[in-house]
Amino acid sequence: MSLLTSLARLRAVEAGRAQPIATVRHCHLSERPMVFIPLKLAGEAAAPLAAMLGTDRDAPRLLVVTQPRNRDLRFAWAAELAGVLVPYVESFLGSTETVERRNADPYERALDAPQLLLPNRAGVAFTRLLGRSTRFRRTDGPYPVPQGVPLLGRWLTYFAERAAYPGSSLAMAATEELARHWASGQSALEDANLAALVAWITTGPSDEAEDPLVWPPAGPATDPGFDAEVLAPAMESESAERVTEALRTQLAPTWRLMWQAVDLLRALEPGAGVAQRWEQDRASFSGMAAQIEEGAPPQARRDGAVAAAARLARMERAQAAYDVQRAYDDPLVMAEYRLTGEAFAGEVVETVPDNTEGEGRSRKLRPLVVVKTDDPVRIPPGTSLGTPQRRGQGAELVSADGGLVTLKITKGMGRGRTPTPGAVPEPGERVCYTSLTDDFQGAPALPEAEATPWTHGGPPPAYVPADEDAVEEWS
Amino acid sequence: MNRLDALRGTTPPKPHDARAIAALAANPGCTRRALMDGAGIDKGAAARHLGFPAPFGQSPFAITRGNAFEALVKADGCAELLRMLRELLGLPIAEVAYHDVENVGAHLRHTHTRALIDRAVREEDAGTVYDHPLFTLEIAGHTAYLEPDVVAFQLGGRFHIVEIKSFAVIDGQADPAAAAAAARQAAVYVLALRGLLEELGHDPLRVSHEVVLVCPENFANRPVATLVDVRRQLAVLRRQLARMTDLDRLIDALPDGLTFDLMPDEDGLPSRPVAELADAVRGAAARYAPDCLSTCDLCFFCRDEARQEGASDLLGRHVRDELGGVASVGEALALADGARAPAEGQEEIARLLRGAERLRRECLT
Repeated sequence: MSLLTSLARLRAVEAGRAQPIATVRHCHLSERPMVFIPLKLAGEAAAPLAAMLGTDRDAPRLLVVTQPRNRDLRFAWAAELAGVLVPYVESFLGSTETVERRNADPYERALDAPQLLLPNRAGVAFTRLLGRSTRFRRTDGPYPVPQGVPLLGRWLTYFAERAAYPGSSLAMAATEELARHWASGQSALEDANLAALVAWITTGPSDEAEDPLVWPPAGPATDPGFDAEVLAPAMESESAERVTEALRTQLAPTWRLMWQAVDLLRALEPGAGVAQRWEQDRASFSGMAAQIEEGAPPQARRDGAVAAAARLARMERAQAAYDVQRAYDDPLVMAEYRLTGEAFAGEVVETVPDNTEGEGRSRKLRPLVVVKTDDPVRIPPGTSLGTPQRRGQGAELVSADGGLVTLKITKGMGRGRTPTPGAVPEPGERVCYTSLTDDFQGAPALPEAEATPWTHGGPPPAYVPADEDAVEEWS
Repeated sequence: MNRLDALRGTTPPKPHDARAIAALAANPGCTRRALMDGAGIDKGAAARHLGFPAPFGQSPFAITRGNAFEALVKADGCAELLRMLRELLGLPIAEVAYHDVENVGAHLRHTHTRALIDRAVREEDAGTVYDHPLFTLEIAGHTAYLEPDVVAFQLGGRFHIVEIKSFAVIDGQADPAAAAAAARQAAVYVLALRGLLEELGHDPLRVSHEVVLVCPENFANRPVATLVDVRRQLAVLRRQLARMTDLDRLIDALPDGLTFDLMPDEDGLPSRPVAELADAVRGAAARYAPDCLSTCDLCFFCRDEARQEGASDLLGRHVRDELGGVASVGEALALADGARAPAEGQEEIARLLRGAERLRRECLT
């Protein structure tokens, strides 16, 4: 969060309504998202209680474990969940495109991918635990589980992992995406309450959002009062219908909120980088599907040292790229960098379009541009610059003094003696330049897993799914 | 009558438990909380009477599960616990003995605990595991009684506090917030036991700063024990308790005659006019932060107060810190609009706010 966001929060308090902190949408929104609201039994690590899910806002599916301590009912619930989620995921595998790659074989990429929408970050964490508790199961041998359960576990694990991946839209928490686009007049801690955040954006703050009788918690934890006064007696009565109806009352309000959140986000125009990031999501999804197809074992409980380092490096690069892309896509995000002096915007007052450097064959076109800006520029001369207006171009800061910045275009000018029309900004044009650039960063050189040095525990033992994993207690 | 008692008035004192003491460290800058806790006031009851009941509750399912897990760990004279402790601390098998302090009457438990611990220290190898001991800790001149789950004693002459919690450790990882809370609570017991040893004339450092945390492993009910270093929590706690013994300074700053008395009637129900109590509570300055919402019974009252004052505290410590010395929403916005001249020391934040305002306007119109 920056001072710009803090100011937006202050304005939100004053106006009694959340304030925009983005001018475009920074996440992909599927045509057919799967809204998934799980509930868990209080006091247990990952005992599912119920879930409301579906791709049609008018036809939610409600799955309930009417007696959560019964292991068979729990697995039957997981099987039912698999019966909804796995066909949804697989429905995206039918249509693919062939992608050519340099130095590698071409691969098939799905044209569209599934999207899991959860209410909050705790819902994502619970999804991960559900995945962990089901992916090692077997459908044969001792304690067999229904078909589809282990596969469900692998997909849930995958979605939870992607939810943590910067810029990925395969699985998202509604509160996080809303908070990325609107600043409410409450604290970030309170923004984790979906009802409260949606109220700030739509109708203004209301104390009802915190009243569990009006807006039950968005899960996965249930309201303790509901547990004591409604759920416990319903379970004691051993009436499956009573339990189901009780849980429906807790889930239906959140279901409506989730679709309201979808509508709010859909009303925003997508940013320019969204399609590109979704393409990476589609590639990742196809890769995961291919792994399952090839019979790879379920995801390990924990990454080995090399795998963990590689994952961290991947996520760091994704985060850096995501930050830069959002700034380039959205002037309001770029404004944060302008405030700190890492970017500036203003009007072109003078240009030298045919400025050249070097002599003879090494003579290069290096147009000069002078920009008048009100922004505090804190970029040292010689720094490379990029601009959202001409993404292919690179520039270099020559000097900055008294609101006038001189820069030199160094990349993307072609080989001609004079610039192509439009390549150099004209006087009077508004431009924005930033030292923030999405330069390609190579992956760090990491050893093969088999060559993990002793400082990091030596080579990890090859992962073999063990029988004990498959029959692990789930109580 | 000492002045803290006067603050409490006729309301019976609320005993501190380890959870409450651990929570003292959460917001050390809050005068209201320091005074109310120091005086032993039931903040939950006060909040209810003020019309801002605390948002805390525990599900019966969680309570049942917690009790079942503790019973499992302690079943058959802590057999399961002893097995884990042997592995974790290297307790020699022959040394293991089990004392349940609860066997004596409640009023004798503390004396009995003292005697047992004293004997254990003197005779080196007497006794190993103490169930249901009762410790005391001085909080602002009042004695708080504390009941740790278990205390273990091992041959090396070191005591270890054992804390049984029902949150799960999955593939070696537990919920960080739950683990941190457990560590803070265990630190309270370590401090209490160290105090006891000191009173008895023994070396307080014989109580290890490593506590044993027992939690269910993965998705089953099987317990797993882990050593947790609580040195940092101990330091925070000591500082906070030392500060509480020095409440006189805070009391001196209060208006004369101020009391948080709930004036309970014959049925123990508060009878004091709500507006009067609210005024009294406002008489002691709070330092509200959104984190209070998970730790303090009075949180909704203080949040409401912060809203009415338009305090920037409402938006969280991050925003508050970023605004530097600007405490109110209105003041910050006036600085951003240029409607108010910055006071001394506010020039920098005023310049930044005006810049931010200019940029937001430019981007949103």
